[in-house]
Amino acid sequence: MKHCLVVDDSRVIRKVACRILADLAFETEEAADGAAALQACRLRMPDVILLDWHMPNMDGIEFLRALRAGRDGSRPMVVFCTTENDVAHITEALGAGADEYIMKPFDRSIIEAKFAEVGLV
Amino acid sequence: MDQNDFAFFTELLRRRSGLLLTQQKTHLVESRLAPVMRRFGFKDSAALMRELRHGHEALAAAVTEAMTTNDSAFFRDRRTFEEFRDIVLPELLINRAASKRLRIWCAACAAGQEPYSIAMMLDDGKLLAQGWTIDLLATDLNSQMIARAEEGVYSQFEVQRGLPIRRLVRNFTQEGSNWRISESLRRMVTFRTFNLLDSFGWLAEMDVVFCRNVLMYFDQKTRISVIDRVADIIAPDGALLVGPAESILGLTIAFAQTEHAPGLYYRAKPMSPQMRHAVG
Ligand SMILES: C[S@@+](CC[C@H](N)C(=O)[O-])C[C@H]1O[C@@H](n2cnc3c(N)ncnc32)[C@H](O)[C@@H]1O
Repeated sequence: MKHCLVVDDSRVIRKVACRILADLAFETEEAADGAAALQACRLRMPDVILLDWHMPNMDGIEFLRALRAGRDGSRPMVVFCTTENDVAHITEALGAGADEYIMKPFDRSIIEAKFAEVGLV
Repeated sequence: MDQNDFAFFTELLRRRSGLLLTQQKTHLVESRLAPVMRRFGFKDSAALMRELRHGHEALAAAVTEAMTTNDSAFFRDRRTFEEFRDIVLPELLINRAASKRLRIWCAACAAGQEPYSIAMMLDDGKLLAQGWTIDLLATDLNSQMIARAEEGVYSQFEVQRGLPIRRLVRNFTQEGSNWRISESLRRMVTFRTFNLLDSFGWLAEMDVVFCRNVLMYFDQKTRISVIDRVADIIAPDGALLVGPAESILGLTIAFAQTEHAPGLYYRAKPMSPQMRHAVG
């Protein structure tokens, strides 16, 4: 079973995403901000991370940079999932090492399509 | 809608488009006809049917369009596009090296996602830059779909199903919450309203025909007729791609299936007209 870390400061969004991912046979774990997500990754590196942009403590792009700077050789897939839907943000995310990008709002078909893009569905 | 009207309407639809309606679909008919009724000012379906019985052509065309199912997605059934890229295209590039010309037809293109997906793949191969001429024709019965396809503007929702993000950024420009296909890709495709029941006489010989997710809405006779006429206009080494739910095995001997690529068909060995008739 693939393991997905869902990082979003909204509990509702985390819940919706986790339910969809569970349907797609993922084991899910939640984190409410970038700092908590980094901590979770240290304990157990997921196969894929669904990542919001704006969050308190540490935002999505900072988290991603910290994650990609890690030297343990693991490279989980990162799928941004954010209301930032302009080319400048998308380009910045890809530059920082994101693999795919979801513009909110999302639904099951979009999560499924995007996870298929990164070879996980 | 009463049974008489439903039977009349089913027959009208079948005759005009090949689309099949079963009795269970009464509800679907009502909901799809509602916008047409508003547009033409009918207060109920009985009044609409009365007018249709009088042979109101524009109205008949409008109700037919309204009954089409137009859902599609970029790179829908990804595997088909991989087969096109990895099997069909390489062979054609060799076979057409002298003429450097490729003719591709999308026979039911909905709002253009399918032909634009093909255009993106051809663009990846830099075929135009290498001097190839590509005739990419995309047709659909539904003129509103053709107008949308020509416009080339898609919602955030539509571009997120099937388009990798890098492709989106590379090939589209953002307009508010919508995304517009690049001018160079748009110019690769010629769109035209066309009913698959009509004569294919105006079509040039095609190297590749995409006829996906439309045969499944037709009755058996219409499927056979469409496939046989595709066989008439496809090049001897041309390829036909159908949807994953649409095996044409048993419908025709004009095409043979490809091993390991169930949606991909090639022309079978030439045959006499008598043999072809023996199939139907
Ligand atoms: C479900 S869409 C398929 C679109 C695309 N080929 C795909 O696979 O995603 C079916 C399309 O077939 C078109 N169609 C239905 N009957 C037709 C006919 N008789 N001639 C041409 N197009 C037809 C509809 O208007 C609709 O856009």
